[in-house]
Amino acid sequence: MKFIDCPPIGRRALSEFVYGGLVKHEPDHENVSESVWAEHVFYRHSHPQIQKEWWYHRPTGMWFFFERDTLTDVIHHVSVATKGYANEA
Amino acid sequence: MKLRLEKQPLEWIDRSQSLTFKIEGESIPAFKGDVISSALWAKGLKVMGRSFKYHRRRGLLSLANHDINALFQSVDYPNIRGDVVSAEDGLSLTAVNTFGNLTRDAGSLVESIAKFLPVGFYYRAFYSPKFLFPKWESLIRHMAGLGKVDTNWTEERKHKRYHYCDVAVIGAGPAGMSAAIEAAKNGVDVCLIDENPFIGGSLDYQYVNESSLESVRDNLNQTIEEMPNITVISSAYVAGYYGDKWLAVNTQSGLIKLSALSVVVATGVFEQPAVFRNNDLPGVMNASAAQRLIARYGVAPCGEAVILTSNPEGYRAALDLRKAGIQVLAVLDTGRPSHDWYEQVSDLGIPVYKEIQSIEAHGKKQLHAVTFQVNGLSHTLDCDGLLMSVGWAPAGAPLYQAGGKFSYDEKVQQLLPKTLPQGVFACGRINGVFDIYDQFKDGKQTGLNAAEYALNQTLSPCDVLKSPTPHSHSYPIWDHPKGKAFVDFDEDVQLKDLKGAIAQGFDNIELMKRFSTIGMGPSQGKHSNMNGIRILAKLTGKSIDQTGSTTARPMFHPTPVSHLGGMRFRPERQTALHHLHVGSQAKFMEAGNWLRPEYYQSDLNRQACIEAEVLAVRESAGLIDVSTLGKMEVFGPDAANLMDRLYTMTMSNMKVGASRYAVMVDDTGVIIDDGVAVRYSENHFYVTTTTSSSDSAYRLMQKKIVEWGLDATVLNRTGQLAAMNLAGPNSRKILAQLTDLDLSNEAFPYLAMRQTQVLGFDATLIRVGFVGELGYEIHLNASDAVPVWQALMAEGAEFGIQPFGVEAQRLLRLEKGHIIVGQDTDGLMNPFEAGMPWSVHLKKPFFIGKPSLAKLKSLQKRKLVGFELLVEPSNGDSDESPLESNLIIESGDIAGRVTSVAWSPNLDKTIGLADVTMEHVELDKLIHIKLTSGALIEAKVVPLPFYDPDGKRQRPEELLEGDVA
Repeated sequence: MKFIDCPPIGRRALSEFVYGGLVKHEPDHENVSESVWAEHVFYRHSHPQIQKEWWYHRPTGMWFFFERDTLTDVIHHVSVATKGYANEA
Repeated sequence: MKLRLEKQPLEWIDRSQSLTFKIEGESIPAFKGDVISSALWAKGLKVMGRSFKYHRRRGLLSLANHDINALFQSVDYPNIRGDVVSAEDGLSLTAVNTFGNLTRDAGSLVESIAKFLPVGFYYRAFYSPKFLFPKWESLIRHMAGLGKVDTNWTEERKHKRYHYCDVAVIGAGPAGMSAAIEAAKNGVDVCLIDENPFIGGSLDYQYVNESSLESVRDNLNQTIEEMPNITVISSAYVAGYYGDKWLAVNTQSGLIKLSALSVVVATGVFEQPAVFRNNDLPGVMNASAAQRLIARYGVAPCGEAVILTSNPEGYRAALDLRKAGIQVLAVLDTGRPSHDWYEQVSDLGIPVYKEIQSIEAHGKKQLHAVTFQVNGLSHTLDCDGLLMSVGWAPAGAPLYQAGGKFSYDEKVQQLLPKTLPQGVFACGRINGVFDIYDQFKDGKQTGLNAAEYALNQTLSPCDVLKSPTPHSHSYPIWDHPKGKAFVDFDEDVQLKDLKGAIAQGFDNIELMKRFSTIGMGPSQGKHSNMNGIRILAKLTGKSIDQTGSTTARPMFHPTPVSHLGGMRFRPERQTALHHLHVGSQAKFMEAGNWLRPEYYQSDLNRQACIEAEVLAVRESAGLIDVSTLGKMEVFGPDAANLMDRLYTMTMSNMKVGASRYAVMVDDTGVIIDDGVAVRYSENHFYVTTTTSSSDSAYRLMQKKIVEWGLDATVLNRTGQLAAMNLAGPNSRKILAQLTDLDLSNEAFPYLAMRQTQVLGFDATLIRVGFVGELGYEIHLNASDAVPVWQALMAEGAEFGIQPFGVEAQRLLRLEKGHIIVGQDTDGLMNPFEAGMPWSVHLKKPFFIGKPSLAKLKSLQKRKLVGFELLVEPSNGDSDESPLESNLIIESGDIAGRVTSVAWSPNLDKTIGLADVTMEHVELDKLIHIKLTSGALIEAKVVPLPFYDPDGKRQRPEELLEGDVA
């Protein structure tokens, strides 16, 4: 079983988490081209990489960001999902 | 008992307890602790099975859980492995895969036509002419396969357990035991896992007669028994290694999911057979199988033995046989030996032939003689046992699955672990360590490393202890013009088959495997893959590393589904009103995690009960528990903005005290949820979700609040609140008895929401259509639900109020053309296709999926339409009635499918919804439904809703114009 050291809730089993997809910025709805929107909705390049992902911890109802290496499945960094990250860019 | 020996020092059998079992009617005596194969062999029954393709007689090969040619069938189980399953008193067995029995098997006729069945023949022979293929398929299916499954099986579920330790050691041989002890001495918790009923491994069958090891063995066993922090899990194998050191340990009583901080793999090696003519005759076996047979069960492998060897272990076997009183006629060495065991064998006067050049076995039903060549001279020895000791292959499945890489070591002539993931260690023979004292040392240093890793300490350096001399022959394969040199005993793959596959271009390890089926039988190549790789490497002129190996995926060993499934543990939720439903004879069904009344049972049959409930709602009043709906409270300064962004309809312009239908789509525009939203105050909303999506909708809402940086909060009140829907023409009169609220149409119009008290309890009332009648949805604290339900039922008694269940609700809603998300919609359907273009407010600046819906609006390819049958099926004949998911067929092509269908007692006809292509959505168009029986019946596209198209019944006092329900 994978365990995740997850401040502020401590070391938790992976089975308590739900994957929520890649963290990415949604294009502006008003000015988005069809191809950019299609890319956003449908395409994933799937290259091995360290990527930022949404993970939801069911028992506490908290969303987290994991920085995870998709090649080795090693989680390098965990943080509580911060509000309004999408506006930061 | 013909081949039973005197008592052996470490034997597993209890000679004081005799028992008897039967094979094909013949009584077999055995001792407690015998396996099926050892008892048969002891009686001299050496033919234990018939081979897969040619039905050749086969005996023992490994006696290590991989003897695929000694499988048996009992009344309850197919494919019982004779080499590991205990002989039980009274057990009655037959062989598998025979057309007749073990002695006479008509299937062996296949062998006489074998030359017409070259490798891969079935890929090429049967595809033309096409119409004959079903006949060939039926014949091959009849011929193929092993045990027969009892199709009248009864469900069996084993317990699934979870276990945690610091260090898991897989394999309790000399290295594994040493590793476990050393790790435990460093203060960590250790689990020691072994597939056998007793720990000891090769120490207890290969070194039984090495008196110098007696005290070491006693010491290891005693230490393991005494150390409180070592848990031994025996008769268990690691079926799979999963991420982050999670092991699936399969025991006889069920699966253990074992989570460890570090893992030591001391699984050892599988002995590999040599490939030569007739190497499959009963009597030809691996030397280690013979040693197991003697040491564990006190059974002689034969009377007169010849040993073929390429390593010291063959001489050790010769010594063990001699010690057991078995005559060893000769040792045939492929090389020039120089080691202690060779000296000991020579001293005993056993002839040793060195550098033998070829070998061939003879015998019709079992082994009678061996012919071999030395210095160009041919020799023949009559014997009934030929033991093969030509090499080893790593039992590396856990390492491969952990991501370890192997590389071929020319010195040891064996694949050895090259790189291992952090925290995963290997020791013993899998690591190329063959000297027994080195195995103890390797175990010890690896156990220390594993403990250090678990304790987050720096790892101590390790010595490389691998053998300086080879223990495997680099090519233990001797071709013969007449063939019958078997590489894979599971699948009857011969050397010539592999040559044929390579010649035809299947010269990559993965291609050769699939074309020839080598390694694809029940033992998954445990004694054939290594030879297969050697053959491919030689014939293609590549090295073993260049040739590569196939991946050993879980399960390591066939694992019963009853173990994998385990007990059925999943949440089951009951609403606050559950016991009232039980009291009203509800028939329950599962809805998501919840139990919901499907209908309430009476003296009538199911259909009549449902119709009575429907009739009560339409004519007077009905009450349904809708507590399973997801219930979210949304509040905060950005609450309205959040609601606008989550749902396709504008929510921010909703008045306080109003309600609105709410549809949610994903980024691609597909409907994922629907419900009803109400506005409590400027910054306070309440919204329902479907029963099954309450968790996912809540999760999404929370995520979007974070993503969009909104000042809003969502509370999931699904479990805290109960909800019920009172519907029917008399619902207002009934509810009026329990509340002071003015229920008149002027004060509480259609689609309005009021916060009030019902029976003195705080409640939210929403006047929704729901089932298309005047009706009120009542949301209140779960703790208050029972008295309110009871009061409504009491007040409604004079009107004939009926509780109604999910089935009646579905029919009532179908009559109104209301969709059920997930039932009438699929994983691709958008609101336009669902017939709800009015629910998409594209003028809003932003909502999830808006760009997709803006595009999809003009690209509509299909639509949900209402239909009715032209001719009703004859009463009660379900074969003639359309069912959900029946296809719509037009001009021979699929034009859609039925998503909901039911007979409506109110309309006196069969109605339904169908998802059809745009060519078929016009009113009055005829469509054709393909019934389960294959027949087509006609239906007509009709307008929605089917019932009360003006909606007069859900708002009786109003004049209607262009509103939506």
